[in-house]
Amino acid sequence: MKITRKDFLRLTGLSFLAVGSMEAARAIAGRGSSVKDSSGNPAKRAVQWGMVVDLRKCQKDKGCTACIQACDSAHNIPQLSDPRHQVKWIWTQPYETVFPYIQNGYAEQSDAGIPVPLMCNHCASPPCVHVCPTQATWKRADGIVMMDWHRCIGCRYCMAACPYGSRSFNWVEPRPHIPHINPDFPTRTKGVVEKCNFCEERLAKGLKPACVDACPEKALVFGNLADPNSEPRKLLRKRFAVQREPELGTGPSVYYLV
Amino acid sequence: MRDRLWILAGLALFVAAITVPFWYVHTPARDLTKIPDITLPVNQKQCVAPVEYMRTSHMKLLMTWRFQVVREGERKYVAFNHKVYNKSLTGTCLGCHNKEQFCDRCHTYAGVSGPYCWNCHNPSPTRAVAAAPETIRPEEDAPNLAQGLSAHLLSQIRHEQPSSFPRSRP
Repeated sequence: MKITRKDFLRLTGLSFLAVGSMEAARAIAGRGSSVKDSSGNPAKRAVQWGMVVDLRKCQKDKGCTACIQACDSAHNIPQLSDPRHQVKWIWTQPYETVFPYIQNGYAEQSDAGIPVPLMCNHCASPPCVHVCPTQATWKRADGIVMMDWHRCIGCRYCMAACPYGSRSFNWVEPRPHIPHINPDFPTRTKGVVEKCNFCEERLAKGLKPACVDACPEKALVFGNLADPNSEPRKLLRKRFAVQREPELGTGPSVYYLV
Repeated sequence: MRDRLWILAGLALFVAAITVPFWYVHTPARDLTKIPDITLPVNQKQCVAPVEYMRTSHMKLLMTWRFQVVREGERKYVAFNHKVYNKSLTGTCLGCHNKEQFCDRCHTYAGVSGPYCWNCHNPSPTRAVAAAPETIRPEEDAPNLAQGLSAHLLSQIRHEQPSSFPRSRP
């Protein structure tokens, strides 16, 4: 069959058009589905551990650090005075720095300066997991953003990715700075990133996280966010709650009742 | 050939120097049948697996445990004799074994300084580690490498990495 120059050009043009439109269609479809995934619809999971922090109850005793102390001793967290080296799993920050987006005129004055307990949000779509080059951090089926310290190479990409500052790097050998080592839990070593693990080692034994058990006011409520009848879900139905920086689309699993 | 004496003496010295390791190992005073002087647990007779398996493959077992506990949340180990153990280095292994008198002695003997378990894990379920970083003792008994045990152990370690990790991308 003899093909004319005109037919050849026409065929080539049509082929390019077909391939191009296929790519475009795939890109549009792909983006649509990824947006749906990254919004992290929690109903998809059977279990999504989460926490509700009642700031009204938390404020009752302003100097209380029971949750932080419980976590520190349970997880062998080094106590370092240099703020650049500090390791934080649960810590506090003033209200206005935690929720800058709900500062409206004079409205913030009632809560200004109150310490808000902060921890890893165990996001529905965790940015730290997306960037980890060794899969040392990943999201478990029950929603916990877990870390495998054996695999962490200390690149700190996760720290750069986390918008909540929930991750700490061991700049110094932590062992000499742990007041009382809990033999049941490993310490970490220099050059490894660590963060809150929602006490997965306690959950495995059927216990609640150490901070939740330690709180004298029961201001921290832990449970399965995917279960409509769980304690945190009941609280969230009754009261107005906020998450930290929800506009980033990470889907935090820690809610604050303000 | 006036220097014959010097040349022969130098050659003899050279041969002696490069064959020192062989002479050193085969000195009659050295007992090559000596096995590591380890202290066995007193409170238990049976380990989580038969002794032969543990001797050659304990590192594989530990790596499997580590993978299953950390990555899969699977904490119970059903042993060959149907006993159920907690997969825990500190809690289970060191509940019976003593780090210094068992792990360290054999590792030193075999010239295996590799695993850094103790940088993070506690050497005993009841006794917390001293608040100072662990230092690994240098091998004092290097000629025993000739026994081939260390080569065997090293080859085991190289093959213990789990081949696949679960994809974590959501």
